[in-house]
Amino acid sequence: MKDQTLKQQITEMATRYPAARSAVMPALHLAQAHYGYLTQDAMAEVAEYLHLPRVAVLEIATFYSLFHTRPVGKYHLQLCTNLSCMLLGAERLQRQLEQQLDIRCGETTADGRFTLTAVECLGACEMAPVMQLNDDYCGHLNEQRLAEMLQTLQEEANRKPENGPPSS
Amino acid sequence: MYEQVLLLEKRDSEYQDLAGYRSVGGYSALSSTLRDSTPEQLIDLVKEAKLRGRGGAGFPTGLKWSFVPKGSASAKWLLCNADEGEPGTFKDRIIMEQTPHLLLEGMILAAYAIGAAKAYIYIRGEYVTAIRRLEREIQACRQAGLLGKNILGSGFDLDIYLHRGAGAYICGEETALIESLEGNRGQPRFKPPFPAVSGFYKGPTVVNNVETLACVPPIVQRGADWFRSIGSEKCPGPKLYCLSGHVKRPGLYELPMGISLRELVEQHAGGTHSGKKIKAVIPGGISAALLPEPALDIAMDFDALSAAGTMLGSAGVIVMDESTCMVQVAHRIIEFFHHESCGKCTPCREGLAWVEQMLRRIKDGEAKSGELESMERIYGNIEGNTFCLLGDGAVMALRGVVKNFRHEFIERIQQGGRAA
Repeated sequence: MKDQTLKQQITEMATRYPAARSAVMPALHLAQAHYGYLTQDAMAEVAEYLHLPRVAVLEIATFYSLFHTRPVGKYHLQLCTNLSCMLLGAERLQRQLEQQLDIRCGETTADGRFTLTAVECLGACEMAPVMQLNDDYCGHLNEQRLAEMLQTLQEEANRKPENGPPSS
Repeated sequence: MYEQVLLLEKRDSEYQDLAGYRSVGGYSALSSTLRDSTPEQLIDLVKEAKLRGRGGAGFPTGLKWSFVPKGSASAKWLLCNADEGEPGTFKDRIIMEQTPHLLLEGMILAAYAIGAAKAYIYIRGEYVTAIRRLEREIQACRQAGLLGKNILGSGFDLDIYLHRGAGAYICGEETALIESLEGNRGQPRFKPPFPAVSGFYKGPTVVNNVETLACVPPIVQRGADWFRSIGSEKCPGPKLYCLSGHVKRPGLYELPMGISLRELVEQHAGGTHSGKKIKAVIPGGISAALLPEPALDIAMDFDALSAAGTMLGSAGVIVMDESTCMVQVAHRIIEFFHHESCGKCTPCREGLAWVEQMLRRIKDGEAKSGELESMERIYGNIEGNTFCLLGDGAVMALRGVVKNFRHEFIERIQQGGRAA
């Protein structure tokens, strides 16, 4: 089912640029927020609204690391592992997250709740070690804070068992 | 005592909105310029101030603006490079979050100087707070007649749009940024032609960094002489320094350009958090070659650091204490560049993959003797043979580690051999 709101948003976005093709990134951001991740159908929709070949959309969706062509958990934990965070123990935190969630970086838990990704510099080195939980920065991490945070998220997920993609 | 002009009062939320910014004289630089100055006069003022680009290259901003052909019929574009991706750097994020109007006023002035009617802020996709705040404040500017048609009754029109990036370090390179903004994969273009002549959709285009643009309103307000009175003669002005790593007080510091690196790290940031000795400091984001502790008495400006074989870059200062393993540091740096290589040219795409594997073997104690020399031969062939500066940055960084801490690599190779 195509969504008229999404079509409207993408069409409006295209008017901001000299050519509709420029709107492919903002359109993919909109589609991803709408569907949770970029399915083949979502990318086809973007291609249709912007009058682009489907491959032109696919090559953008797969070039940039913030676009997801596979499902992402309700909680996406993106741990920075670049130098400033590494110096302050990011590797240890990565092992802790992998252990507690029982997944490796790049994977999603079987219940679809958590995706763990090791990412490059988040541009927040003053609060290293830092990670992004969905859109929010969580800085000055240590083992204890991380454990508490995971527990809070688990409890929150248990209270709200629905696990569909975020609604727009 | 140095007076901050870019961060205003640090962490004070009052300046985030239009009313707050106006209460400290915000947009007076714009109104006086639109009333009293021609675009040429504004360009001359910025030239006279000797403002140099804060994104890393240090190119004179006024000169860059003056390259845009006057009277050309095709549309001109101003692009703000807010795709801050150099590891160790967070200054542009903090400007956009805390004083978004300083950037917006700087952009309106820059667009007036070059004759652009549309401008885009290419902002890192992760910077969600800054995106929301800028969206809100751009809207406030439209309502206040500071953006849109006939700005402040001057007859000058400008629209500013945000363009959210999606996680690609290479898009901080200006021609890759333009490619990305045209809806393509972010891969660099051949220069020349330079963007000022043929850039966004082949129109004359200026790409300026956030901090560079934020310097423009204070220059207009306080004058070129004031700007030149801060810092050194060739590199004047206020500068933002990002302090991170093994440092007691990490954070963003606004101080004069050209401050000594030792003073910055030891006095302002309080030295190491552990009390251990400093081993080395990266002065300008991880592309910049590190400086060992004895070399810290150096001015933080474009020319002094360049003469020392490193660079001011993005002024991302990363401090490492004596407990740091330099082989691990080298490996992490090259892993990053390998991951971010856009894949366009072979020396960078393949070369960095090989160097990364060799560093991993050295780190894991699996390297054979001679591996260090092979690695040096390979990265010597990357340097100068790549399409853009990403590969060169990777090599500069790695060379800096190997040159100063070669013995750690050799020890690791020898120990690894014995252990096996």
